Amino acid sequence: MNKHHTINSDALFRRNIFALVVAAAVLAALCFLSIAIGTRDVSWQEIVGALQGKMDTMGEASVTMRIPRTVLAVLAGSALGLSGAIMQSVTRNPLADPGILGVNIGAAFFVVIGLAWFGIDQLNSYIWLAILGAGSTALFVYLISSLGRGKSTPLKYALAGAATSVALSSFTMAVILPRNDIAGGAQSWQIGGVGGATFDSIQLILPFLLVGYFMSAIVARKLNVLALGEDIAAGLGEKVVWTRSMAWLSAVVLCGATTAICGPIGFVGLVIPHLCRLLVGVDNRWLLVFSALGGASLLLIADVLGRIISRPSELSVGVVTAFVGAPFFIWIVRRQRVKEL
Amino acid sequence: MTNRLDHTVHRVRTGRQRRSKQWTTIVTILCVLAMAVFMITLSIGQSVTPPSQVLRVLLGETVPGASFTVGHLRLPRAVISMLVGMSFGMAGVAFQIMLRNPLASPDIIGVSSGASAAAVFAIIMLNMSGSSVAFFAIFTGLLVALVVYALAFRHGGVTGTRLILVGIGVSAMIESVIVYLLSQAQSWDRQEAMRWLTGSVNSAQLDQAYPLLVSLCIFGGLLLSRARELDALRMGDDTAQALGVRTGMTRITVMVAAVGLIAVSVAITGPIAFVAFLSGPIAMRLIKNNGSLIIPAGLVGACLVMVGDYIGQFLLPSRYPVGVITGALGAPYLIYLIIRVNQKGSAL
Repeated sequence: MNKHHTINSDALFRRNIFALVVAAAVLAALCFLSIAIGTRDVSWQEIVGALQGKMDTMGEASVTMRIPRTVLAVLAGSALGLSGAIMQSVTRNPLADPGILGVNIGAAFFVVIGLAWFGIDQLNSYIWLAILGAGSTALFVYLISSLGRGKSTPLKYALAGAATSVALSSFTMAVILPRNDIAGGAQSWQIGGVGGATFDSIQLILPFLLVGYFMSAIVARKLNVLALGEDIAAGLGEKVVWTRSMAWLSAVVLCGATTAICGPIGFVGLVIPHLCRLLVGVDNRWLLVFSALGGASLLLIADVLGRIISRPSELSVGVVTAFVGAPFFIWIVRRQRVKEL
Repeated sequence: MTNRLDHTVHRVRTGRQRRSKQWTTIVTILCVLAMAVFMITLSIGQSVTPPSQVLRVLLGETVPGASFTVGHLRLPRAVISMLVGMSFGMAGVAFQIMLRNPLASPDIIGVSSGASAAAVFAIIMLNMSGSSVAFFAIFTGLLVALVVYALAFRHGGVTGTRLILVGIGVSAMIESVIVYLLSQAQSWDRQEAMRWLTGSVNSAQLDQAYPLLVSLCIFGGLLLSRARELDALRMGDDTAQALGVRTGMTRITVMVAAVGLIAVSVAITGPIAFVAFLSGPIAMRLIKNNGSLIIPAGLVGACLVMVGDYIGQFLLPSRYPVGVITGALGAPYLIYLIIRVNQKGSAL
């Protein structure tokens, strides 16, 4: 029996490693597509040349322009996927997603206030604002949905998030509208995109993302224990409150830092963890890794699609992910039993 | 025996009379309030025009100075605000009663944003204008309502919560379509964008009032003709059926009428945030169980849009479209509603 068990978990391990290799290969292929596909058609030689650092032809120059946005899409996508997976595990809510809970809009709102009223125009200072905004919105939505007599249900979460989003986007517009000097960026604070990426801006958020990745790596195993129920987790010696705060903090840092340079991108954090759960089950150690890879892949696909669909102009990633993600959201809602909602 | 029966009949009769009297009183007060707000928005703006001059302009006289300010600047805004607010209020409360859930208003379940997307598509991509835009918006609004209803239908029924969640998903998708369409337009005009995302009466013109009036007469009349059946639906489908209401037919009629009201208004001002959602519950607080909510909700909606536009125009340091104001007012109420939703069933 024991032996049988070991073989089973060995097989599972091998299967997961195999899946991991496949996922990494897919991601690499998508990175290549993201560099190769764009408004201008480029040849093989130009791609190879650009990757070696040449900037002689127009093709090589445009490939060089696509490299930072590819890097950003990978980083942002993995951060959003991770933060969605963590939020779903902590809240035990299948609908949790930084976009649906209004956390991304909250980050954007704080940044806009900083820009408009406090004259903050340095990227490194508004990353802090974005993280602060994301954190306080997450807390606010969590409080609202757990107030009242009943415990917080996915429905209350989603509604509280939707209401907060509407309120915050109203306030954001109210701050932006009278200010012509910052209104140019208004559109980018409503719909997220990776088009304007530069290596300088990526460098600024990288430390925050690394902290987020590191914290989520620590938290992954603890989340497994938490999934047994809070009482059992406490009985097993887990500091429940500490774990939950750690998990929230890592999720908030990840999506806050991402929003600071991409603007609000929804649904990546919703779709990816669900798909990964179908693939690797509920073990958070695997789930988080796959969610990061999957999130990066989804954002790359969305970005490439956005470039193809409306050639020669571009479609923001946020629009594409909403279009891919919303049907998925509806599918989850339909799958849930009514009682749980 | 007969004495007792007489007594009961008398009590029921006086009760009914009292309720209908209360209903009439409150509706009269709301009418007076709406007219008062209407007159105030006409006479007080950047400059003050005395009511006597406003009346003379309304009667068609040419008053130097006042004719332009009142007739050209303020009147179109006020008229369109009033009619649009009325349409939103009536349609919103119809949806809320029909689905027995205050959250099931057309602006939350995606009907308004669907109509808005259709209007943007018709104007930007198909170069349509006027009534064809409205028809396109009505058609799409109906389609969205049906799709949301069908997607929420499972195991032989539609539960309120599933409908609302499906609606939130559908509206997220539609809003991204709106943003895409706007980004395809020749120039990303911020005023236009605001109009189609949160609603604004900035581009109001007096001749836009005709389609609104027609829609209020046709669709509003249709709703009012179903007021009794709607009232019965509030007690649940089974009870309503036992009372002789053809629930299926009533639902279809009410849905067509409400979507019609919404779509015609949205085609002109965009989906003014939360007016449809707020009007019903406010009317409910005022009327209680004393009668039909449709007319009171329409009047409340009219007041909301007019007051919202006035606040956005004159009472804040800079000018905002009405949708930003109603959005900021409506969201706290939505949050309050969520907090209460578990404390007391989800009835309106």
